[in-house]
Amino acid sequence: MTLQFVGPDIPSAEDLANCIHCGFCLPSCPTYVATGQELESPRGRLHLISGIREGRIAATPRALEHLDLCLQCRACETACPSAVPYGRIMEDARASIMANPAAAQPRGWSLRAFALRHVLAHPARLRLALAAGRLYSRSGAQSLVRGHLGRLLPARLRRLESATPALTDAPFRSTGVLASPAQRRERVGMLLGCIHGELYPRMHEATVTALAHVDAEVVAPPEQVCCGALHTHAGDAETARALARRNIAAFEAAEVDAVIVNAAGCGAAMKEYGRLLRHDPNWRGRAERFASKVRDALEYVAGQDFGHDLGAVDRTVTLQDACHLAHAQRIREAPRAILGAIPGVAFTEMRHPDRCCGSAGIYSVVQAEMSAQVLETKMDAIAATGAGTVCTANPGCTLQIESGARRHEVAADVRHVIEVLAESIAAGRAPVGD
Amino acid sequence: MATGSPGTLVRDLQGALGAAHVLHLPEDLIVYEYDATIERALPDVVVFPATTAEVAACVRIALDHDVPVVPRGSGTGLSGGAVPVRGGVLVVLTRMNRILEVDATDRVAVVQPGVINLALQEAAAPLGLTYAPDPSSQRVCTIGGNIANNSGGPHTLAHGSTVNHVLALEVVLPDARVVRLGSRVPDAPGVDLRGLLVGSEGTLGIVTEATLRLVRQQPAVRTLLAIFESVEDASNAVSETIRRGVIPVAMEMLDQEIIRIVEPRIRAGYPMDAGAALLIEVEGVAEGVALDAAVVEAACHAAGAREVRSAEEASERERLWEGRKAAIGAIGAAAPAFYLLDGVVPRTKLPEVMAQVMELSRAAGFRCANVFHAGDGNLHPNIMFDPAEPRATERVLELGEAIMRVCVDAGGAITGEHGVGLEKRSYMEWVFTPADLAAQHAVRDAFGSTDRFNPCKVLPGGHGCASGHMKEISPHLVEGAYV
Ligand SMILES: Cc1cc2nc3c(=O)[nH]c(=O)nc-3n(C[C@H](O)[C@H](O)[C@H](O)COP(=O)(O)OP(=O)(O)OC[C@H]3O[C@@H](n4cnc5c(N)ncnc54)[C@H](O)[C@@H]3O)c2cc1C
Repeated sequence: MTLQFVGPDIPSAEDLANCIHCGFCLPSCPTYVATGQELESPRGRLHLISGIREGRIAATPRALEHLDLCLQCRACETACPSAVPYGRIMEDARASIMANPAAAQPRGWSLRAFALRHVLAHPARLRLALAAGRLYSRSGAQSLVRGHLGRLLPARLRRLESATPALTDAPFRSTGVLASPAQRRERVGMLLGCIHGELYPRMHEATVTALAHVDAEVVAPPEQVCCGALHTHAGDAETARALARRNIAAFEAAEVDAVIVNAAGCGAAMKEYGRLLRHDPNWRGRAERFASKVRDALEYVAGQDFGHDLGAVDRTVTLQDACHLAHAQRIREAPRAILGAIPGVAFTEMRHPDRCCGSAGIYSVVQAEMSAQVLETKMDAIAATGAGTVCTANPGCTLQIESGARRHEVAADVRHVIEVLAESIAAGRAPVGD
Repeated sequence: MATGSPGTLVRDLQGALGAAHVLHLPEDLIVYEYDATIERALPDVVVFPATTAEVAACVRIALDHDVPVVPRGSGTGLSGGAVPVRGGVLVVLTRMNRILEVDATDRVAVVQPGVINLALQEAAAPLGLTYAPDPSSQRVCTIGGNIANNSGGPHTLAHGSTVNHVLALEVVLPDARVVRLGSRVPDAPGVDLRGLLVGSEGTLGIVTEATLRLVRQQPAVRTLLAIFESVEDASNAVSETIRRGVIPVAMEMLDQEIIRIVEPRIRAGYPMDAGAALLIEVEGVAEGVALDAAVVEAACHAAGAREVRSAEEASERERLWEGRKAAIGAIGAAAPAFYLLDGVVPRTKLPEVMAQVMELSRAAGFRCANVFHAGDGNLHPNIMFDPAEPRATERVLELGEAIMRVCVDAGGAITGEHGVGLEKRSYMEWVFTPADLAAQHAVRDAFGSTDRFNPCKVLPGGHGCASGHMKEISPHLVEGAYV
């Protein structure tokens, strides 16, 4: 059976026609920079998608591999003078392949979608899997492997092992009212995410602290679920739509003024819920209203009066722009404004701070080789700044850069910007002379 | 493909380069059927050589199989130069991207052809030097493509186009021999073959190494933005400035239409209600820059400028330039398609030629946005249209042809910098006599390139090539992007 684009999400001719083939996207694309091949460039991939759409070429495994090698970092959208909506064209293309009968789908793609559908979308299963990881970390086995024992592992396994985080902190699973400051200005809802609170509970704690600092009452509706970003990126639009509907209902019931997201990839996807549900007349309007309330945590805090009562934080910092913050949400100033306002922080920009680190959701696992290549360039740029702290705005980037720091022996502590802000808020509260 | 089975051609090339550097499947070839123009044609094979010897081997194998050879850089060309109209072997030079030497004392750089123009500027900058030719596509385009098209840029006004900056070349000739042309020191003895190669659009050989002249970065730079009520006033300001004895390093025109397209997207700081704007740059030692800027300002006011703004801060200057560099691409978001023209006229003829261009576009019923190197008289009208409308594409091509006529009648020529390529070879007869063209053909013959080396480009005629502009382009047209 030959694969074609089918279903409701076939990339639109208008979106594709915006591309004038000028090539300005090429140098912004990490995979083009790594390979020098048009096939691994945004311009080339758009042309492949057009070719498949028009039936000029078949959607062979090889053609699909080029689509698959795309990080979906959307740096090309920033570089594009013609405003080609590359991200959604790629999402649509993947969805239209995955809308084929399961037997016809590329095997790797369907396996991946299966795993995402059956794990991330189900908190209980995800927690079970993570519990094993936590046991591994806490029992001391992880530190043994990272010490001498590791040399006994084959290279591939060692790479995979070094990519797993240390799960030593208690997960963040609180719901309901998380903070109620005395002068409540607004009521905001917080997305907890599928895996975020399990891996990096400290980021959620810091976010609650920062939101309370700007007088927001913080609630986490217990019915919320995974945002569906990874499903969208993997072409599983149906699961993404189902998750979106549940989140919309959950946050509507919580009656919040804004929906705060501290993971750039999730925020970018949730800001696009309106488009995701555009074919669904019952949900389209609700989805658009919901999307208009979504704010990245840094975007939200930077727009409030956050600069009062901050204490000194002694860190030399560089910033990795999360792709889905800088390119998808077009937010670059907020993290810099926050870091710039924290007393004691010495900030240095790295070279190409807005170039992808190679994390890209599950890309680091499914395209490990390219991911490692992209990460290596990133670690060089980080090392060159000499900064002791690398700030991020997304858990995936944090995981990837932590793993890069271990592998390339760069002594850098990786923190969400909001964590550094929370440290400063805490330092501001401490009595003087303490 | 002419002779031999495709299988053996691919196998021979794989033998020379390794299978990883040879593409031949339909789903791979499709992304090498375009450059930044409207033409499309599929190659039979795409190769990525890494060394001069590998380039020569590819040319040799193509010769043995009697198939065409077409060089390609980044594929940003605007005349179809890298489109393999008769198929054959497309030689992509992006793997040869090393800067071999930057010599601050001799002010010379030696580079491979796949080096990106901006990468060379960045490598020279710490030494206080720069590579002057700066096409707006400089972040993407290669030095090889620049040499082949004799590319220019905003700063061509003061520094000249690429040909003024190429000292020596290593070239693989159509018969696979490797030769060196020119020399590291200026004024090589004998016939200037280096000069012949520059601008030959990949028809005389493949550049595999270039020795380039670097110039000193000037200590002071100032960028001015002069706002006018009309393109005519702005054009007069160009001539007036030069008449007063100052040649700025750049004088770029943006008309009202393009300002309204670029500004909302790029936020460069161009006033939305301006009739036209000139982006002018002067450089030199600080005192000289101040004096020159004063002359420019006075000349602009004399020509009717409403306002002249001055930017010295690097960030402010970059913002003004960002709008200019993104301008052509931004039209892609404003119209379903557009056709970008490239013509050149004597500077003093700008006001009347621009008036005719606008009149012709109006009469034909198309919006036309203009952004161009006014100091050089190098026009770039961009005709916006919707290919879905009946006969729109044909009418646009007719309009383009009429505009080219206006340029030639005003004493100008059919290309200012984008090259002749596939697109404009039939216009060559407007500017050259049969004897002129025969002389050019003779040069090609002497290089042994007849018909097989980037066929159907630059010169009219040729085996297996259609003649006449419409016929030339129409078979290769596709829906969508018409640059
Ligand atoms: C938005 C935009 C703005 C532009 N602005 C300018 C501008 O300001 N000024 C300007 O002059 N041009 C401009 N251009 C046109 C284009 O960028 C230039 O012509 C550039 O030099 C092409 O370089 P390339 O590497 O993309 O070459 P390609 O498009 O790949 O090839 C161009 C020609 O060079 C030949 N060629 C490539 N490499 C070699 C080699 N090693 N040896 C022999 N022949 C070779 C090809 O066969 C072809 O004929 C612009 C293009 C775009 C899309």
